[in-house]
Amino acid sequence: MAEIAYVPGVAIQTSQAQNPLRHSALVRCTHWIFAVSFFGLVLSGLAIILAHPHFYWGETGGIGTPSLFDLPFRTRQGGPSGWGRSLHFLSAWIAVLTGAVYAIYGILTQHFRREFIPAPAELSGRSLRTSLLDHLRFKRPLEGESYNVLQRLSYLTITFLIFPLIIVTGLAMSPVITAVVPQVVTVFGGHQSARTIHFFLADLLILFLIVHVAMVMMAGFSSRMRAMILGRATTRKETV
Amino acid sequence: MNQRVSRRRLITNGLAAAAGASGLAYAARLATRYGLIPPDSGGIWGVGETLTYATQRILMSRHSLAREFNRSEISKVIPVSGDPPRREAYERLLAGGFANWRLTVDGMVARPAAFSLEELKRLPSRSQITHQACEEGWSFIAEWTGVPLSYLLSVVGVSPQAKFVVFFPFDDSWDSLDLPDAFHPQTLLAYGVNGEDLPTPYGAPLRLRVARQLGYKSVKYLSRITVTDNLKNIGSGRGSASPDSGYSWFAGI
Repeated sequence: MAEIAYVPGVAIQTSQAQNPLRHSALVRCTHWIFAVSFFGLVLSGLAIILAHPHFYWGETGGIGTPSLFDLPFRTRQGGPSGWGRSLHFLSAWIAVLTGAVYAIYGILTQHFRREFIPAPAELSGRSLRTSLLDHLRFKRPLEGESYNVLQRLSYLTITFLIFPLIIVTGLAMSPVITAVVPQVVTVFGGHQSARTIHFFLADLLILFLIVHVAMVMMAGFSSRMRAMILGRATTRKETV
Repeated sequence: MNQRVSRRRLITNGLAAAAGASGLAYAARLATRYGLIPPDSGGIWGVGETLTYATQRILMSRHSLAREFNRSEISKVIPVSGDPPRREAYERLLAGGFANWRLTVDGMVARPAAFSLEELKRLPSRSQITHQACEEGWSFIAEWTGVPLSYLLSVVGVSPQAKFVVFFPFDDSWDSLDLPDAFHPQTLLAYGVNGEDLPTPYGAPLRLRVARQLGYKSVKYLSRITVTDNLKNIGSGRGSASPDSGYSWFAGI
């Protein structure tokens, strides 16, 4: 340490190599803003469902027509679906705008290409099996390792398939949007089908969130949280 | 050197902030002028309401038509929400078969008028089979028949300064439309559903039908229509009774 102390530039480099920046400031900001808006979306989505906890397929459905399935909630008229809708759309705006900033950043900085797209070799059956078995054995990843192939595939699916789909199925329920672009609802087989698919996609995202948090806890909760809040997995050594 | 850089930065930052602030103020003025601010734009929910309303009004054509369906797709069951008004005035008119009912049209119009049901039925009519969703989640398809509101407004002559059309029913669920929706070809004053006169629970004798908004905008049991340029003095000033019970004025989403 003594000789490094005389050469501050080298000291900084050494300290950063041992403790690299895991998440850029933009990723950290968008992650937490998105997390809060996602919580708002789930909470308000539930409030909206309470007004009519029945799901249908096709264009129409209501009391007196056969449902696809019913949730075991007591119907609550008025109230929750009012603030529920307001919170849902406000959260949706924040989530979509934050997501757009993140997506543009991810494309411009090649974040998606470097962190999300797996190397071709990783997609072999053997590599996928090894990664799956590691997960099933709850094997902790090595510190400083980049995302494994299953992580990359799930982040890709969530970011580029599930999120776009849940936005489109949400828009499919807007009578102004369907007046302009009817395909946005006909492609799903009708208004009620879009609503039902929207509900299942939300369930998938909640499932993803549960696994995501479980994985963070397993991999080391405090270091992962520190990395997502401050950028680095361990506190920076005060070498200079 | 250091000082010069910081002064330069100070000036550019100051200019940027001033430009940003005046840009925002200008954007707010433009948005108001082009009718992009909903009457319930206040409060925390107002942020989302304004974003939704302004975006839908900017991106979407004002004349795009709601989807229309075939007769075979009409729903067998039309759920009813809410009860007919328990007001003496309404009950008396209902008992008389609405023979004495009149629709008053006043406010910022050249020729204020009152129409009987028979007079409305003699005006040009339009029938349309449209999908209607309730904000609770259920939906149905029905055929509605009535006078296009745009026709009635052209009969009374709307002032160029007018901005909203307000609808008063026999109960307290009053509401209003901006002019793009009031003059939309599918916006009807409906007196018929699925080929028959409007049954009482569906809003007899006359109800509004707004094809591109959720069900609660389609005010039932109409009594009076007023054209205005300002909603501040009506009810709580938020354009409709809906915001008082937690629902947004604009129901296009």
